[in-house]
Amino acid sequence: MTVLDIRNLSVSYATPRGELKALREVSMTVPERSIVGIVGESGCGKSTLISAIIRLMAPNAQVGAGSVAFKGDDLLTLADAQMRALRGTEISMVFQDPMQTHNPVLTVGRQMMDIQYRDALSKAEKRKRAADMLALVGIPDAQARLNQYPFEFSGGMRQRIAIAMALMAKPSLLIADEPTTALDATLEVQIIKRLRELQDDIGCSILFISHHLGVIAELCDEVVVMYAGEVVEAGSVRDVFHSPAHPYTRALLECDPGHIKEKTRNLPTIPGSIPDMVNLPGGCIFADRCPMRFEACATRPAMAEARTGHKAACHLIKVEETA
Amino acid sequence: MTALLEIKDAVVRFAVRGGVFRSAGSIDAVSGVSLKIEAGQTYGIVGESGSGKTTLARAVAGLHHASEGSILYRGQELRDLPESQFRKLRREIVMMFQDPIGSLSPRLSIKSLITEPFRIQGMKDRDLDAEAKRLLAMVGLPPEFASRYPYQISGGQARRVGVARALALDPKLLIADEPTAGLDVSIQGEMLNLLARLQDELGLAIMIITHNLNVVRQITDRVGIMYLGKLVEEGDTDTVFANPRHPYTLALLAANPEPDPDAQLMRIELQGEPPSILHRPTGCEFHTRCPFLQPRCSRDVPAWQLDGAAAHRCHFPASWTGSEVEPS
Repeated sequence: MTVLDIRNLSVSYATPRGELKALREVSMTVPERSIVGIVGESGCGKSTLISAIIRLMAPNAQVGAGSVAFKGDDLLTLADAQMRALRGTEISMVFQDPMQTHNPVLTVGRQMMDIQYRDALSKAEKRKRAADMLALVGIPDAQARLNQYPFEFSGGMRQRIAIAMALMAKPSLLIADEPTTALDATLEVQIIKRLRELQDDIGCSILFISHHLGVIAELCDEVVVMYAGEVVEAGSVRDVFHSPAHPYTRALLECDPGHIKEKTRNLPTIPGSIPDMVNLPGGCIFADRCPMRFEACATRPAMAEARTGHKAACHLIKVEETA
Repeated sequence: MTALLEIKDAVVRFAVRGGVFRSAGSIDAVSGVSLKIEAGQTYGIVGESGSGKTTLARAVAGLHHASEGSILYRGQELRDLPESQFRKLRREIVMMFQDPIGSLSPRLSIKSLITEPFRIQGMKDRDLDAEAKRLLAMVGLPPEFASRYPYQISGGQARRVGVARALALDPKLLIADEPTAGLDVSIQGEMLNLLARLQDELGLAIMIITHNLNVVRQITDRVGIMYLGKLVEEGDTDTVFANPRHPYTLALLAANPEPDPDAQLMRIELQGEPPSILHRPTGCEFHTRCPFLQPRCSRDVPAWQLDGAAAHRCHFPASWTGSEVEPS
């Protein structure tokens, strides 16, 4: 079963310069009990996509078309009250900066009990659940630490508390927006490992946003590559990382210094910059930076299947098929 | 021959306040670091947040005062050097700060920003327009950028402006604090290529502070791994990466997942979090998190042990066989 099914979603922002088309016909699915990663560089539309899913969009954002189906219901047409009932229970989220996630003037225990306001449990039961959750994410001496304030915890611990809170209601979908970028490398591995274990225990799906290719490779089952507001490639992590079908994905992988074994004074880069999303060029969105550009690129490519379950928006796939 | 920069047992100490008017003592953010940087060399300082790498860099640039030890630049002692004399040295030792946009004053144009060093150093005879043009060209930005303001440029471009400003006075030593943090991978490469090219052209030595091991492996000649204000492993970059000996170095390398789902990963995971430098552990300061802990580690402070082109401080150095970590 599919937990999240996004179809042809387009979102734009009203700006003084005109309409900024931040997402254009984005489609992707998150199957049950799976971890799907979204990779892309700044400006690819990752954040707009998340805000559209949880419907916490900027006031100047507008959904042009498309649907975001969560277990069959289109989130975009739900009433505000229904949407609010889903957030935190069925869909929850872990944000990027663990230092700013918590309320600094309330104890962690108080905050963890507050978010259970929907449940008809006694105070003691709620407190016990909070302690259990903290223990589950690996915070030692959980009972006692419930009485502490966020500043008494380190960044890695605060992010684990955020994960504990997000998973408290056993949601079906956890959205994690770069949850490890603010953390040190050794803590990053700890968090990733913990996320994987919890996902297994709780049986939820995770939509994991990151620009760190190594982390995606380590954690995710499937990956969606975004560029300038469009999905350019999607498939299993193994297919996409081992045989990337879109030139952008290929370039991105080549640029990752983790991939480069030989020492060099001249690292690969992607020349050029992302197009202006107010005045979009026609045709393929990556064409002006693509080393393999040819005549067909003047028209916009549709997603085509490179192999079963592995798709990319590139004209070259058709060319290779007919060749 | 004297090294361009030689740091000997440097300590940077900060007073800690414990409550109102009560001094709780002091912490050593940098606690006895020794290293040498030769002219034209690239030296990488790696470590996690709070390991003291930025404090060390700032001490070299004269922005923090070293309490003990010595910092020698071409044999000249920098510690206790009065600010008026240090200012002259800032033509030769320059620092590039971490936050690219934040380190550029929002009210100055790019031209004013990159020619500010000439004004500060009282070099009034220079044609600032020509210098701005030369510096922008050097870092690969078009000349019309001179009239722009920081809010009009991207993060990657702001880094380039930072490089241009740092190199305005033709320095000998560039200290780069996290030069690639927050940049997309495709732009990271551009930044590192730029630094490498300028180093070749200008023959400058670079001290890079980073937590990104990939960056260090690609561009440095030597590397020092810092933990709680001390170096735990130090030496030739290729040697350290091929044969890391200190368990902390191994853990850092293991915590650097490769963009390959089938990659063979070094499975070594640290327990817990770094201890506070207010309460330093006894013996080897890494012992509270070390996966290969032995009784001796919490008692005796390990001494430096030379191992080929690198040195480490561990009683029981491990080795990486290519598929497994073997404790000794």
